[in-house]
Amino acid sequence: MEIKEIQQDIVDEFSMFEDWMQRYEYMIELGKSLPLINEKYKTDDNIIKGCQSRVWVHAELEADKLVFTADSDAIITKGIIAILIRSFSNQRPQDIIDADTKFIDEIGLKEHLSPNRANGLVSMIKQLKLYAVAYQTQLN
Amino acid sequence: METTTLDIQKIRIDFPILSRKVNGKPLVYLDNAATSQTPQQVIDAIVDYYSNYNANIHRGVHALSQEATDKYEAARHKIQKHFNAAKSHEIIFTSGTTHGINMVASGFSTLLKKGDELLVSAMEHHSNIVPWQMLAERTGAILKVIPMNIEGELMMDAYDKLLSNKTRLVFCNHISNALGTINPIEEIIEKAHSAGAAVLIDGAQAAPHIKADMQQLDVDFYTVSAHKMCGPTGVGMLYGKEEWLNKLPPYQGGGEMIAEVTFEKTTYADLPHKFEAGTPNICGGIAFGTALDYMNNIGFDAIAAYEHELLQYATRRLLEIEGLKIYGTAKSKTSVLSFNIEGIHPYDIGTILDKLGIAVRTGHHCAQPIMDFYKIPGTVRASFCFYNTEEEVDVLVSGVRRAVAMLQ
Repeated sequence: MEIKEIQQDIVDEFSMFEDWMQRYEYMIELGKSLPLINEKYKTDDNIIKGCQSRVWVHAELEADKLVFTADSDAIITKGIIAILIRSFSNQRPQDIIDADTKFIDEIGLKEHLSPNRANGLVSMIKQLKLYAVAYQTQLN
Repeated sequence: METTTLDIQKIRIDFPILSRKVNGKPLVYLDNAATSQTPQQVIDAIVDYYSNYNANIHRGVHALSQEATDKYEAARHKIQKHFNAAKSHEIIFTSGTTHGINMVASGFSTLLKKGDELLVSAMEHHSNIVPWQMLAERTGAILKVIPMNIEGELMMDAYDKLLSNKTRLVFCNHISNALGTINPIEEIIEKAHSAGAAVLIDGAQAAPHIKADMQQLDVDFYTVSAHKMCGPTGVGMLYGKEEWLNKLPPYQGGGEMIAEVTFEKTTYADLPHKFEAGTPNICGGIAFGTALDYMNNIGFDAIAAYEHELLQYATRRLLEIEGLKIYGTAKSKTSVLSFNIEGIHPYDIGTILDKLGIAVRTGHHCAQPIMDFYKIPGTVRASFCFYNTEEEVDVLVSGVRRAVAMLQ
C-alpha cells in the first residue's frame, strides 16, 4: 500500500469515533501494536529531541524499503509514533521524504502539531524523514 | 471555606479569561506558577496607556511624554513601597526575573576572581542556574550546590559547611517553582552576610503569595516577574541595594543609561537609569503597578490564608487517588502540587486533563536537577491562585481519575 492509502485508512478508522475520548482510547490501542524497538537500540542517541516524554526510533533498510521500530515511556506518545510509523514503515525512503502529514490534522490530533515544545510530533516527523534522507543517500 | 474573608466568586468576575471554555469544557486554570491570569483592571490600564498617553519617557518636552513618565515613575514608587525598598532607584525595571538574574550575574564578572565560590540551591529554576554557570566559566569561580532532602527542603547544616570566606555569592529561590517549598531565606541571607557573601533571591514564585520586605530581609538582590502576579508578561523588577548597584557595571549600553557620550568616553547615568538602556516596556511597567494595587486591595494576608486552605484541601483530595505521590512535602510550602501516578507518564495525564479543560503543567518545570534527584522524568504540576476554588480542585481530582482509567 502507498503512504497516501495507509493514511486514508487511518483517517477512516478515526472518523468512526464521536468524541476525543474514543479517539484517544483508539490511539492508545494503536500504541500497543507498535513494532517495538530492540532494547539494544534504546540508547540516548536514538532518543528524539524535543519530546517531553522519551521516544526512541530505529530504522533499517530491508531491500529498498525502510522499516521503523520505536518505543516511548508515555502511552499517548506511543500511540502517536505508532500512527506515524504505520504510515511510513515498509516504504521507499524517497516516498517517505515526499510524503505529507496532513492526515494528522484530519484525525483530530491537530493540537499535537503546535510549535509548543511540550509535544514532539513535529520532531518525530522530522526524525523519521531524516532517516529516510540518510538511507536515500545510501541508495543513491 | 468558612474561615476565609475573600469573596472568590466576586474576584473571579475580574478575570475575563476564567469564564471561557477550552475543548468545550469550562476552563480550570491550574498553571498559575507558569503565569497568572490578568484582571480587567490591569487590562484596562494597558488599553488606557495605548489609547490615551502612549509616548516615550524621560526625554520628551511634550505633555504626553510627561504624563507617561509620571505614570511610569509612579509605578516604580508603587513597587518600591510594595517591596519596602529604602530608595526608589534601587528598583530596576527588567523584562522579568531571568533578565534580573542575568544583569547581576553579568555584573559580577568584573568582581570575581578564580577560585571564588558561588553557592546555588539544589532546587533552582534553570534561570537561576545557567547564568551563574556562565559566570563561573567566564571568571574561574566555582559553583557549589546546597543539597536538599527528600521532602524538598534545603539542608541547612550542609549550607553552614559550604559557606566560607571564599563564598562571594549565594543564590536561591524564595519559593521553589517545582515543589512549592518556602525556603528559609532570612537564615540564608543572615549566614551568607556573616561569611561576607552577597545574596540574590529569585522571588518569581514568592511574589504572588508573599509580600517580601527588602529592608527587613536585608537581601542584596531580589528579582520578580509581573506576569506571575496578575501583571503583563515582559516586565519585572530587580531590587538591588544601592551600594551593590553602584558597584556593578551597566548590563547593556544604549540610550537612557548615559550621562554624557563622546567618541572618546561615555559616562553613565545615575541609578536606576544606568541599568535601563533603551526604551523600556513603559506600558508593562505601569500595568505592573496596577497589578500590585489589585493584589494589595485583596490583601496578601487574606490571599495567603485562602491559598493555604486550598492547598490543604487539594492535597487531601489528590491523595485519595490510589498510586498518587506528591513531590515536595516541605513543612512550609505554597499552593503548588507536583505529583505523579505510579506507572503513568506525567505527559499522558496532562494531555488528558487538557482535553477536559484543565490546564496544568507537565514535565521538568525548568528544574531538571530536581527531577534527577527524585529519579523521575517529570511531574504533573497543579499550581493555585487566589481565584481558584474547591470546586475546581474537585474537577481536577475527577479529571485525574478519568485519565488514570484511560491510561492504566
